Amino acid sequence: MMELVCPAGTPAALRAAVEAGAHAVYCGFADETNARNFPGLNFSRPELAEGVAFAHRHGAKVLVAINTFPQAGRQALWHRAVADAEAAGADAVILADLGLVAHTAEQHPGLRRHLSVQAAAANPDIINFYAEAFGVKRVVLPRVLTVAEITAINREIDAETEVFVFGGLCVMAEGRCSLSSYATGRSPNMNGVCSPPSHVVYAEEGDTLAARLGGFTIQKSARGAPAPYPTLCKGCFVSEGTTGYVFEDPASLDASDLIPALARAGVTALKIEGRQRSRAYVKEVVRSFRAAVEAVAAGRPVPAGQLARLSEGQAATTGAYAKTWR
Amino acid sequence: MFGHAPEIPVFPRPLALGLRLGPAEPLGLPLTLIARRLIARHPSLISRLGEHAAARFAIDPTDLPLCLLLHPHPTRTRITVHRTAPEADARIAGPLAALLGLVHGVYDGDALFFSRDLVIEGDTAAALALRNAIDDAELDLGAEIAALAGPFRPALDPLIALAQRTTGVALTRADDARIPGEGLA
Repeated sequence: MMELVCPAGTPAALRAAVEAGAHAVYCGFADETNARNFPGLNFSRPELAEGVAFAHRHGAKVLVAINTFPQAGRQALWHRAVADAEAAGADAVILADLGLVAHTAEQHPGLRRHLSVQAAAANPDIINFYAEAFGVKRVVLPRVLTVAEITAINREIDAETEVFVFGGLCVMAEGRCSLSSYATGRSPNMNGVCSPPSHVVYAEEGDTLAARLGGFTIQKSARGAPAPYPTLCKGCFVSEGTTGYVFEDPASLDASDLIPALARAGVTALKIEGRQRSRAYVKEVVRSFRAAVEAVAAGRPVPAGQLARLSEGQAATTGAYAKTWR
Repeated sequence: MFGHAPEIPVFPRPLALGLRLGPAEPLGLPLTLIARRLIARHPSLISRLGEHAAARFAIDPTDLPLCLLLHPHPTRTRITVHRTAPEADARIAGPLAALLGLVHGVYDGDALFFSRDLVIEGDTAAALALRNAIDDAELDLGAEIAALAGPFRPALDPLIALAQRTTGVALTRADDARIPGEGLA
């Protein structure tokens, strides 16, 4: 059966994921070392140790995302995170920064290393480099590849691949995007938070809901229309006289129907996005995808999902997996 | 007011109008006692607020003619009840059923935001911290209120369950998870 890797922003969400059937849960510390550094989220050291113990009692693994890029002169914060993840009993760490991958390979050789989507490793050469030089066992592929491209990559690499199947989409080269940094001065890749809520303001203006990021109005949602996340890449702008989503429509990934194709492509693990989401989301999405991977493993069709209302913009897309680019 | 997702019940209008008849302020005392009891049992409610622990939150059930103002504190949390939305650092507004469903793990906050059933104004970071802290605490308001009833609890539990079934409003924690494979023959 394909491994289901599920998000946990809090200990309660971790328990919900495990109880709903997650094979593995990924989470992070409450600081700048992980890419979901939002207020009220994430794990203290004791909470991580308790979460790992809970998951292991139920046969699930815990992967710790330390997937931001260390700031010059402050590497100790990231190094300590890796050491503390190992001490807590984590089954693997998910890393993005080349230097941190090297540090982990040298200082924590017994700790399994996964490469984060933030590393944007999208071709066999770079994946094989990480595997050969630093013993990286699994690569989370960026969300820009088609199923055919994933199949081709898997034929040429000596590492497991993990792909996103549900949740919010980054449309930029992951780990490289500076849109939010431009508007707020805070970097998703170094501070761990895209569109930091401290820089987001919502205002009801007559019949519309305006969302501002760092003082820039990036969306205006009409009465009754679905609202997206306040990210620049899903912003609605006027360009050359046309108003629209210049970069990407605000829709979430749902690749559940592609699970059989991803299995044939040689993918090891399926990842659900959403560490910023509630335990209600985690429970519902994990249950749905656990049923799907069980069905595929048994040779049955993927059950019809009911997850659209949980999606950004209340709309779903198969993303790049089966995309015709404009 | 925006259209609600079909599964979110709206507080019956005649009952909401009835709430206008009496004074709102006395409701603050029992709500304060319940909040203090919850925080004593779930100290992470405060610690997860981090730098927003001193923020004032307006909790605004949009289908009721009142609004709560929450001042969190490790031991002296206070809730006051107002007829109109008071000045606050952050305002979280939505139908009462949506707000209770968030507390009890029935609804996802982002999904309610996408559908416009939940409105956040003011300090977005503070509102997000509160939402995440509450979600992690796995609160059960029905159980807390029943526990306050002391010897009358056995009589109150079925009434809460009946109210939940008939109104569709989550008055207790959603707790129906199971480990796949467990309990199966």
